[in-house]
Amino acid sequence: MITVLYRKLPTRMKVFLTIIFVLFMILMLFLAQKKLDTYWIRILTLIGIYGIMAVSLTFINGITGIFSLGHSGFIAIGAYTSALLTMSIQQKQMSFFLKPLIWPLNSIQLDFLSATIIAGVMAAILAYLIGYPSLRLTGDYLAITTLGFSEIVRILILNMISVTNGPLGLKGLEEYTNIWWPWGWLLVTVLVIGSLVSSSYGRALKAIREDPIAAKAMGINVTKHQLTAFVVGAFFAGISGSLYAHWLTTIDPRPQTVGILLTFNILIMIVLGGLGSITGALFGAAIFAILSEWLRIVETPFKLFGIQIPAISGMRLLVLSTIFIIVMLTWRRGIMGRSELTWDSIYNFFLRLRRKQ
Amino acid sequence: MERETVLKLDNVTMQFGGLVAVGDFDMNLEDGELVGLIGPNGAGKTTVFNVITGIYTPTKGKVIFRGIDITGLPPHYITHLGIARTFQNIRLFGDMTVMENVLVSQHHKLEERHADKILQKHGFEPKVVGKGWFWKSILKLGYFEMERRMIREAEELLEKVELSDLAYEKASALPYGMQRKLEIARALATEPKLLLLDEPAAGMNPHETEELMEFIKKIRDDFNLTILLIEHDMKVVMGICERIVVMDYGRIISKGTPAEVRNDPKVVEAYLGDGSYA
Repeated sequence: MITVLYRKLPTRMKVFLTIIFVLFMILMLFLAQKKLDTYWIRILTLIGIYGIMAVSLTFINGITGIFSLGHSGFIAIGAYTSALLTMSIQQKQMSFFLKPLIWPLNSIQLDFLSATIIAGVMAAILAYLIGYPSLRLTGDYLAITTLGFSEIVRILILNMISVTNGPLGLKGLEEYTNIWWPWGWLLVTVLVIGSLVSSSYGRALKAIREDPIAAKAMGINVTKHQLTAFVVGAFFAGISGSLYAHWLTTIDPRPQTVGILLTFNILIMIVLGGLGSITGALFGAAIFAILSEWLRIVETPFKLFGIQIPAISGMRLLVLSTIFIIVMLTWRRGIMGRSELTWDSIYNFFLRLRRKQ
Repeated sequence: MERETVLKLDNVTMQFGGLVAVGDFDMNLEDGELVGLIGPNGAGKTTVFNVITGIYTPTKGKVIFRGIDITGLPPHYITHLGIARTFQNIRLFGDMTVMENVLVSQHHKLEERHADKILQKHGFEPKVVGKGWFWKSILKLGYFEMERRMIREAEELLEKVELSDLAYEKASALPYGMQRKLEIARALATEPKLLLLDEPAAGMNPHETEELMEFIKKIRDDFNLTILLIEHDMKVVMGICERIVVMDYGRIISKGTPAEVRNDPKVVEAYLGDGSYA
């Protein structure tokens, strides 16, 4: 007899609940689009984009245990690829006045969806080329290698003027990223990565995170699985890059836009949410997006305990960092730890409540 | 009765720079045997295990498993072909449940098609069923059937090794003796023909050791295994092994039945010194 204290809901029930939840989210987004002002809609859109970035990075860093700091490199590749594909031919001629854009990029224009998918594929191909040699390293060495890679991507973008327009960046992109694209892609990301994680492959990846040597001895091809996870994560990073570019409507190679600072922001999201938890990554992304906007109030002049505080630009980041430090001190492993908020866990939470009564 | 040779180490030498960790090592394991590998610390016992399981490629010599030359194959191939091992220091997947630990060991049955070809070439049953499991598991097409089968097999195994009650506990939360047992169960889940146990009784109290000895004998019969074990606890080695191989400084210094080995002066010398300082 197996005494199970953890009960599982039937699969059909879970699928049903998920569909209901997705429909509910669609309704909420629809209402938000109707009722909220453009400012909040932009933040909601950003939550979707950050969500994709965070989930794809937590898949690489938290679940497979590859400590990668190269995420912004993949995002940059995705952003530039799709931007170059969706810009109109006249716009390209106008933007590239230092050096003309090379053929064939100067004569093609694609729709947003195809451009986004190509952006993802480009990032995935690059991840394969980078991952193949560098995944032999572990820990700090891998982190430094991937960090170096993302910086190389940025420097290349800065200097390949006839492809990327160099330091001037690409401007005047069509604002394709409405509220639906990021949240739609976020759904795809969570479904794909979620079903991978809950399958035998997810168990293999977690085993690699826990102990690569034991995983190898249990018949898992460690390098191949790590590479697969790296490529899947990079694919979605590329997708998010495309959405990000068309949300900003301009893309340039500054560290804040597609450089190391972006990687660190995503890292903050996933560590805050709980490294290795997909739902945690989503919470982290939402909290980060909302807080970093809402805290703009501390950059305007305000009164605290009767003392007039002047407007200090950059104050927002200081307060944000302090909040995160406090959060990390109270929740050592982030909000969710490594556990997931699933239908099963919600069901069991209520079961436990009932048992206590 | 002539028994089939399961593992044959042919003149294996493992050198690290100038250090010969294992030198000219010959060993034959026959089907169903329970053989002990003993020797003082640093004799090269674990290196022998690492050579067999493909963690190291031997500098010289050959490793032949059921007629297949496995020298230099990667560890995951060798596991798929049917050699499983445990570790001297427990290496469980601590943050995963007991059930998940066992399920991980079945993963190679979805993936290792190249190793499967080697099995088929030598006339053994293939282990991989179907292909494209990566995409099937993303799209959830025809995957649930496989998942259910894997869980059923894992439940059966846990039932056999009496770990069912702990199936949904975290591996790191188990008591020490249970962790050792789970490590063996996890190795069994790869469906091995040959099981390598690296100091299974290390850190156990006499009562737990007694249980472990029974357990090892039981799994050998239940799973038709050949077992090679490294052990320092002489009670275990003398109690259950049919044959013992003694190593010192990377070389075999004695082999035979427990009684023969016990009375071999070379073995006494290796463990206690040659008496010149006495």
